[in-house]
Amino acid sequence: MSNPVETESLPGQRFRERFPLLALLIERMLLSLLLLVAVSVLIFGGVEALPGDFATTYLGQSATPQAVANIRAELGLDRPVVTRYFEWLAGAFQGDFGTSWASRNSVSEQVGNRLGNSLFLAGFAAVISVPLAVGLGMLSVHFRNRMPDKIINVISLAAISLPEFFIGYLLILYFAVNFGVATFPATVYEGMGFIERLKAIALPTATLVLVVLAHMMRMTRAAILSVMSSAYMETAELKGLSAFRAIVKHAAPNALAPIINVVALNLAYLVVGVVVVEVVFVYPGMGQYMVDAVTVRDMPVVQACGLIFAAVYIFLNMLADILAIVANPRLRHPR
Amino acid sequence: MNDFTKYLAGRVTAGGMNRREFMGRAMAAGLTLTAASQLFATSAEAQTPKKGGHLKLGLEGAAATDSKDPAKALSQFMFVVGRCWGDMLVESEPLTGKPVPALAESWEPSADAVTWTFKIRSGVKFQNGKTLTVDDVIATLKRHTDEKAESGALGVMKSIKDIKADGGNLVLTLTEGNADLPLLLTDYHLIIQPNGGTDDPNAMIGTGPYKVASFEPGVRATFERNKDDWRSDRGFVDSVEIIAMNDATARIAALSSGQVHYINRVDPKTVALLKRAPTVEVLSTSGRGHYVFIMHCDKAPFDNNDLRLALKYAMDREGMVKTVLGGYGKVGNDFPINATYALFPEGIEQRAYDPDKAAFHYKKSGHSGSVLLRTSEVAFPGAVDAAVLYQQSAKKAGINVEVKREPGDGYWTNVWNVQPFSTSYWGGRPTQDQMYSTAYLSTADWNDTRFKRPDFDKLLLEARSELDETKRKDMYRTMAMTVRDEGGLILPMFNDFVNAASKKVKGYVHDIGNDMSNGYVATRVWLDA
Repeated sequence: MSNPVETESLPGQRFRERFPLLALLIERMLLSLLLLVAVSVLIFGGVEALPGDFATTYLGQSATPQAVANIRAELGLDRPVVTRYFEWLAGAFQGDFGTSWASRNSVSEQVGNRLGNSLFLAGFAAVISVPLAVGLGMLSVHFRNRMPDKIINVISLAAISLPEFFIGYLLILYFAVNFGVATFPATVYEGMGFIERLKAIALPTATLVLVVLAHMMRMTRAAILSVMSSAYMETAELKGLSAFRAIVKHAAPNALAPIINVVALNLAYLVVGVVVVEVVFVYPGMGQYMVDAVTVRDMPVVQACGLIFAAVYIFLNMLADILAIVANPRLRHPR
Repeated sequence: MNDFTKYLAGRVTAGGMNRREFMGRAMAAGLTLTAASQLFATSAEAQTPKKGGHLKLGLEGAAATDSKDPAKALSQFMFVVGRCWGDMLVESEPLTGKPVPALAESWEPSADAVTWTFKIRSGVKFQNGKTLTVDDVIATLKRHTDEKAESGALGVMKSIKDIKADGGNLVLTLTEGNADLPLLLTDYHLIIQPNGGTDDPNAMIGTGPYKVASFEPGVRATFERNKDDWRSDRGFVDSVEIIAMNDATARIAALSSGQVHYINRVDPKTVALLKRAPTVEVLSTSGRGHYVFIMHCDKAPFDNNDLRLALKYAMDREGMVKTVLGGYGKVGNDFPINATYALFPEGIEQRAYDPDKAAFHYKKSGHSGSVLLRTSEVAFPGAVDAAVLYQQSAKKAGINVEVKREPGDGYWTNVWNVQPFSTSYWGGRPTQDQMYSTAYLSTADWNDTRFKRPDFDKLLLEARSELDETKRKDMYRTMAMTVRDEGGLILPMFNDFVNAASKKVKGYVHDIGNDMSNGYVATRVWLDA
């Protein structure tokens, strides 16, 4: 078996020489996949190590030793951990996360529904927050160290300093309770109209936007500022371009890589970090689904949620890296 | 009826007084408990229900893992959902806790209370159009008897040996006499389903006042009025929507902003704030649930009754009710029964905080060094605070209690019912017999005080089949005294059920049976526009 490896490594090297960018990207993707598998081991192991037991939690005070043993046998908990891990992993890669222990429904089906809700909320928050953050970033560079810059900074810093549930409660207090203009709770359900849905998610979206805005905005500002001090920006100014046009045309593209990174990180946060916001606003997304499952030790659901969260995080970070590689001439042509 | 009680009745009719207030004042005015109860009931009924409207409830306790099968109903949310679409054979009377007919029109026990004959109501239709027959009832009960159905009522069903039909009647034969059988059948899992739910346990089709329109576990359930309901004294609103709200602040916000009409589980710590809202009414109902400090009677040092008595006298019960429950509860007397149970043994002296007596018994026990108490936030709301309060009150009696805070995860498997001294809680049971059988019978799985007394067990079994109520009450008195003076239970408080509703909600019945008007909140109230 040592021969083929050697022969294979030659075309591999040639491939790398001919398509350096593509090779770099493929390498990055394989790395992500490896990371995902490693995370799956951690998730499975962590869930196994949790104290408490599904059967006793589920049956509560009606748990007789016989009923507990029945349930454990039925769920196959008496089999070795390694066997169960590989069965689960094989299923997960085919999109089958098994059946929920508590409700005996397909996990994939339920997750699909909940993930859709979470992505809807996160997507909407992203659509608003990303352009807003980048725009505000550029604006504050334009007015740097003047009043608008300071106002933008103070407000966004204040928003990021407050815990998200507190922002949520404040919004509920003012917009739902005191003024009565917003819809609360943000419960969405099947058969709800699109406009109604948008109304329902207005407050949670606002909360999420406030939470992620400052980070992205400040990164945009810092990245553009560092580009602004370079020689070609001076040239642009000497050419007679307006300051804002110079920022948009020349500074922003060169500041793209760090901005993409921070945007991706925040997008990932919007999907996986919204547990608290979902609970506060009674929004039926992945976060609340996972919390429910942990409470009753419904392991297949916990594992599925954990893996999906990890996958989203890894995927968005990978995407950010790839975009950064593609956007950066130095990485595009590595020496 | 004197003028003062008339005035009270008038206030109830106007909706301005709850049962607790009314009973307290009426009894102070010299009425007996039963007379006051009846007066309250008639005054409350004098309000004429209004039909129509859309009722919204925001309830804690729903999970994405909830099963539609009533046998597996576990949460507060599913408890209310089940009460909307289904009926049991028997219901319990809200004020006295006595069994009253539901799908069973009447019943008759044999002289030894072993064989019971239930007459099944005729002319009742399921929501799928099928007519209820005794066969549906039998199939339902049989399904809950099967271990595979994982029914929450399995414990209740185990005492039933034989289920059969006799003409249109249902005949149940028990393994031993049980005078409380009708009350056991009020269990909320035992919803009568067409063909017992064997075709589809998750169909959510029953005989209740509301039909399920949509159901998304852990999110929301909606109902429409069942036009063929066999009862006219319930199901007043046109449609019901129950929204899962597991966050306490979200529930309060939803109620105070008028987005829902009713919420459950109001934290005693925030009740005072909620009361300030002009549109909201706090509904507090005496319950059977209680918070406990439990000692294992068979493990040192708690195998010494003097030490147990010392620890009982060292408990400041009034202080606990005031601090931990915010006043929404009653002091306990170290036996798990209170006045909400039928056949409650009245007149047992209330045990009070008495550092001198505690010190006396502590000295007599010969124990030295500290006593280790394990607690956790999950034991009951405020359990850690309660343990520290207890540490303080015990210190005044010269008893050194060491409080160890355990992690909430796994508390019920690793600490409760395992460690010799810990904090815990109990929900109520429909009958005294069930409460004692669950946790104080020598052989009970959940005997969390390791209270093993053959004489107590014997009395419990005798009382179970005793149909003479006076004799039975006497037996329950003896049992209560035994647990109180010799058991391992320190019961500082019974917690009230604290819920809240918009002032538009009328006709709320304070049911001693269980939380949220015994789960019937949606079927009993109406909306006053």
